[in-house]
Amino acid sequence: MSKSNYDLVIIGAGPAGLTAGMYAARARMNVLLLEKAVPGGQILVTDWIENYPGFPEGISGFDLSEKMRIQAEEMGLKIEIAEVHSLNLSKELKEIVLKDRSIITKSLIIASGASPKNLGIGEDKFIGKGVSFCATCDAPFFKGKTVVAIGGGDTAVQEAIFLTKFAKKVYLIHRRDELRAAKILQERAFENNKIEIVWDSVATSIEGFFGVESVKIKNIKTNEEKVLKADGCFIWVGILPNTSFLNDAVETDEFGFILADTKMQTSVPGVYAVGDVRDTPLRQITTAVGDAAIAALSAEHFIENL
Amino acid sequence: MTKNIIELEDDSFEERVLKSDKPVMVDFWAPWCGPCKAIAPTIDALEKEYGDKMIFAKVNVDENPITPSKYGVQAIPTLIFFKAGEIADQITGMVAKEKLEETIKGVL
Repeated sequence: MSKSNYDLVIIGAGPAGLTAGMYAARARMNVLLLEKAVPGGQILVTDWIENYPGFPEGISGFDLSEKMRIQAEEMGLKIEIAEVHSLNLSKELKEIVLKDRSIITKSLIIASGASPKNLGIGEDKFIGKGVSFCATCDAPFFKGKTVVAIGGGDTAVQEAIFLTKFAKKVYLIHRRDELRAAKILQERAFENNKIEIVWDSVATSIEGFFGVESVKIKNIKTNEEKVLKADGCFIWVGILPNTSFLNDAVETDEFGFILADTKMQTSVPGVYAVGDVRDTPLRQITTAVGDAAIAALSAEHFIENL
Repeated sequence: MTKNIIELEDDSFEERVLKSDKPVMVDFWAPWCGPCKAIAPTIDALEKEYGDKMIFAKVNVDENPITPSKYGVQAIPTLIFFKAGEIADQITGMVAKEKLEETIKGVL
């Protein structure tokens, strides 16, 4: 097994990981960023970003992630496509186990992000056949059709509005009697006559032969059940941290999000958590890049004092 | 964009994919799809490695609606692998190079 030695290894190439990498490369640390699929993270599936400062007209998720990647690489960041299998953080030098080798590093930033949560109502067998977590990717396939969207947060409401560019009708199913999304998004949803919000309700099953044909919903206050005819079902009911490699190596909250202090340090010295994977009150690109700058500086200080 | 990746149209699909001697990977994509653009470099890299054994092609679903609807494509990126005119394998969504390479080897 060949081994490499780094000052800093970063896991995940979303906005947080790319920013941490840019700062570290700029500080001339010997840094490597590991990404399991493609650089960009969740913003790749975001159609349009209008709350990242500096882009008054807004910018597509893909364009913003590409700009971040190019900027980091021009600063000298090396990005390798490899999935992390496990971590060994018990010694002073940290070991990161990949499929074919291990990497040794003095410090580590975990920026592995989060993924959309499943509902667990049998949607798995309809993925790519009407069930989707990505309106940007799949909405145009529902031109003139009726779709169900599930959720009430920023993502759900923003994407439901995007869906109306194509679909003739969008049922937005939300389990409470008010939305959690930003007020500006709520206003747009209420004004949009293609969106019908179904309050106090949850989806209980998805039915269909080849693809989605209907979604069964239940009002949790009255227990009344209803079947909505729909060709698609978009699910945005929150996220789960991407921490399969973690195995309790650092402390997390009850949902698995990593606990970190104001310097972004986890329960293990020299190991930091940033962005969506961290236990944080707000998950935005702006907060992810802020976390990342702090963590890169913390890592730099940490290895100077080793 | 690598020139070795063939752009297919609804009209040419049968001739170039279903009647092909070699297996064909068809990437269903669209210009508005961020994840499709994000995986393009991975596909380009794999074409360089496996291009002599497999044909790499793509279908713009905006300009060619018939083929994706025929194969029930309702999400992109979707990669469908054809061998002797039949579907041999299929991947929907963003995927790591490793997984894609495994699928290619499996089809070959």
